Amino acid sequence: MKHKVAVTINGRKHEHEVEARLLLVHYLRDVVGLTGTHIGCDTSQCGACTIHVDGKAIKSCTMFAVQADGRNLTTIEGLAKEGKLHPIQQAFWDEHGLQCGYCTPGFIMAAAYLLEQNPNPTEDEIRRGLEGNLCRCTGYVNIVKSVQSAAKVMGGASTTAGRSAVTAGGE
Amino acid sequence: MAVSQLVGAKIHRREDPRLITGHGRYTDDLTRTGLVHLAVVRSPHAHARIKSIGVEAAKKSPGVLGVFTAQDFKDIIAGPATHPVAPVFAPDKKVNPPRYPIAREEVCYQGEPVAVVVAEQRYQAADAAQLVDVEYDPLPAVMEIEEAMKPGSPKAHTDQPDNIAWDATYVPWEATEEAFKTADVVVKQRILQRRLSPNAIESRVVMAEYDPFDKRLTMWMSTQNPHWIRLFVSGALGMGEHSVRVVSHDVGGGFGSKISPYPEDYLVPAVSKLVERPVKWTETRTEAVQNAYAGRGQIYDVEASAKKDGTLLGMRVTQLLDCGAYIGTFGAFQTCACLLAGGAYKWKAISSRSIGVLTNKITTDPYRGAGRPEATHVAERMIDLLAVELKMDPVELRRKNFPAKEEFPFTQNFGLVMDSGDYNASLDKALKLFGYDQMRREQAEARKQGKLVGIGLSTWIEICGLGPGAVTGPATGGVVLSESAQVKVHPAGGVSIYVGTHNHGQGNDTTHAQIAADALGVPIEQIDIRHGDTNEGPGFGYGTYGSRTLAVGGVAINRACAKVVEKGKKVAAHILEAAEEDIVFDQGKFHVKGAPDKSKAFGEVAFAAYGQLPAGLEQGLEAVAYFEPPNFVWPFGAHICAVEVDAETGNAQITKYVAVDDCGNIINPMIVDGQLHGGIAQSIGQALYEEMVYDQDGQLRSATFLDYTIPSMNEIPNIQLDRTITPSPTNELGVKGIGEAGTIAATAAIINAICDAVSPLGIKHVDMPATPDRLWNQIKEARK
Ligand code: FES
Ligand code: FES
Repeated sequence: MKHKVAVTINGRKHEHEVEARLLLVHYLRDVVGLTGTHIGCDTSQCGACTIHVDGKAIKSCTMFAVQADGRNLTTIEGLAKEGKLHPIQQAFWDEHGLQCGYCTPGFIMAAAYLLEQNPNPTEDEIRRGLEGNLCRCTGYVNIVKSVQSAAKVMGGASTTAGRSAVTAGGE
Repeated sequence: MAVSQLVGAKIHRREDPRLITGHGRYTDDLTRTGLVHLAVVRSPHAHARIKSIGVEAAKKSPGVLGVFTAQDFKDIIAGPATHPVAPVFAPDKKVNPPRYPIAREEVCYQGEPVAVVVAEQRYQAADAAQLVDVEYDPLPAVMEIEEAMKPGSPKAHTDQPDNIAWDATYVPWEATEEAFKTADVVVKQRILQRRLSPNAIESRVVMAEYDPFDKRLTMWMSTQNPHWIRLFVSGALGMGEHSVRVVSHDVGGGFGSKISPYPEDYLVPAVSKLVERPVKWTETRTEAVQNAYAGRGQIYDVEASAKKDGTLLGMRVTQLLDCGAYIGTFGAFQTCACLLAGGAYKWKAISSRSIGVLTNKITTDPYRGAGRPEATHVAERMIDLLAVELKMDPVELRRKNFPAKEEFPFTQNFGLVMDSGDYNASLDKALKLFGYDQMRREQAEARKQGKLVGIGLSTWIEICGLGPGAVTGPATGGVVLSESAQVKVHPAGGVSIYVGTHNHGQGNDTTHAQIAADALGVPIEQIDIRHGDTNEGPGFGYGTYGSRTLAVGGVAINRACAKVVEKGKKVAAHILEAAEEDIVFDQGKFHVKGAPDKSKAFGEVAFAAYGQLPAGLEQGLEAVAYFEPPNFVWPFGAHICAVEVDAETGNAQITKYVAVDDCGNIINPMIVDGQLHGGIAQSIGQALYEEMVYDQDGQLRSATFLDYTIPSMNEIPNIQLDRTITPSPTNELGVKGIGEAGTIAATAAIINAICDAVSPLGIKHVDMPATPDRLWNQIKEARK
């Protein structure tokens, strides 16, 4: 049996008939065609699928598409506005916060929510806030840096409290 | 020679804009008109005979186009050649069980494919896979290396004589007799390297479309080496390489797990042929942990001897390597640990032997570092054990036995020539950065208060940049691991460069463009780097693994650019009306010797190259180069780690981590640092958390991210990096490799630090992963 979902994604309305069991992440990727949201696990551990639902970061593999009915979603594709990168996207680029890039959309969406909740996080708060996202490439060092530098740009005062950013040498 | 402008600069990555905005093109992001989905039915048993496979219910399931078993592939996939094994030591190979992409009568590891289901939709395929009714006769599973070696052990394959895949002695034990007889101290240790699951965050995906009219096959997949896959798949499907195209756009991490061919690489295209539709298979995480070729899985028995004054004498190493159910295509590469176990030190003699053992588990194959992390761990642990016996500071013992900077190129015990090094320089820098003396004083204070704090070193070395043909040719069975590049300069001066390596996060699109921009003297924006499509570029590409992409592939780019410049000189001579030998190329301009204003820009020469030229000069400005390195390259460095072990919980906390590494000349420092961060993090995972755990029946008990714990942000400490630069004499760029360095170096520093921390309790050795429960138990035992 099919169910109707009507959602707003990145400001645009979508309506589809879907199976009740269809995961939101599969709906986004396979039905709507927004493939920037990734899948990295089957036990809700990796956070690669993180999007915003009514402004809150959620793992879209833990929700059915039908549960998103009537909600407002933002995916990684909707973060850059008018061709201008979101400061967190810019910071990931500037600070080399990604290597293979597969975990990156999830991290950026999770970080965007984190900074909204806490514009001025310490390093420990960043680490605790993003521990639900896994990256196998970067060792997280530059991801932490990216979030710190985005926080600075977005207006939260920078902070070196907690563990300090990692230094790179020899340039 | 153009003055270097971009090489060495922190250039931001060109691949990032698409990746940070959600516009990457990973294989699962792609689709085709009429696409159908494949699910694999896998053996739940580690070892069993297949009695029957009931497919009727699955066939009737909604959306199902077909259910296929070994029978159905008989005439489509030629086996067992589908899973070739690189003949690293052909003469020593004893048992090499044939492997088919899909089990015939016997399943030999949990997860081995027994049937595939293809359906219109993803979920329909998964549903129908549940309905395939396979009846098994369970057989005893062989799970432990040493059990498997015993005469009379159950066999991993019932039709094979025993479980010994190979037994190779490199240098016999007699050769080290003297070194042990004359020794003042001898230490012995068993060192474990547990099985690891690579876990790139993107699991494997294969999509294939067979065109029955043109008889062409296109595959899109997540792989580190598209050309190798084309070679294997075209052979297995009885097609020429010219009619198979393998495309791999963005790849979400590899770490070695996307090198060798997998069953699905054959099954997906074969099913596309059978159902005449494009077919996609997307691996789940659970499938990936269970079936991605595992790393490590080795036991080392090691003895080392030294004189009272700390002069190292002899080492004897036996490697017992768990091959899994089938020898991995490149699995035997991990035996390189036997040739590298001496580490960065001068030994009088080393004996070594490797025994490959078959078990009923997924195959082991190269995983980031492959053999070199193991070698480093052996060397660095043994040095520390000797230091304890000799009552010497581990720093002093290391220094005493390093080859001096002047001794390079240095020929080590197994005849491998280490190209360049300055081991004291990186150690000195690391000690300073770490504040070694101060940290030792603080340690002494903390110990007085009963705290378990420790400091560990790893003065690691690495062999990489695979590799010289004399070694790699025989090892792979004829294919020399050189690398190719093609440079095409278009009439308006745009440059397309096709490389045989690939990119799964290393940033090659950027570093390769930096090399070419300097070599051609054109702005980087004018250069496009392309890879991951076998229909483009040179006839063969060797792929990305073994920290070879820059040291082999980068040099090929540089050489192809040089060929283009040579041709450009001929063209410039024509339009400048000068003799070819009088043309000088500098900073993207061709000018007449002694007359710098009589010049033509690169773009003008490119345009002229497609116009009218004198007789004997062909149109075009393009070149292909293959670079076969004359030697390997040998990065090195010094990592120092401080830990505090909580005796009450067994938790080991890394409190300081310093790494000073040397990978020769640097193209992009930002990328080098990133590779080190990631490599070290992966090594922390191995040292403290990760292990594939099986029960005695062969059931994997750590099959998800819940139980197989790759580190999150909270587990990775502050890492301080610095570097020294000792150019490599092996190639004209002076570069080495850095992709695996962190992983090769770090486990030894961490475990040495933990051993140092718990040494007051009389504990001499701690194995990986040093999880809280393990350490807690070891501490409890020691206190009894
Ligand atoms: S795919 Fe959603 S948490 Fe991993
Ligand atoms: S950048 Fe590859 S998983 Fe994070």
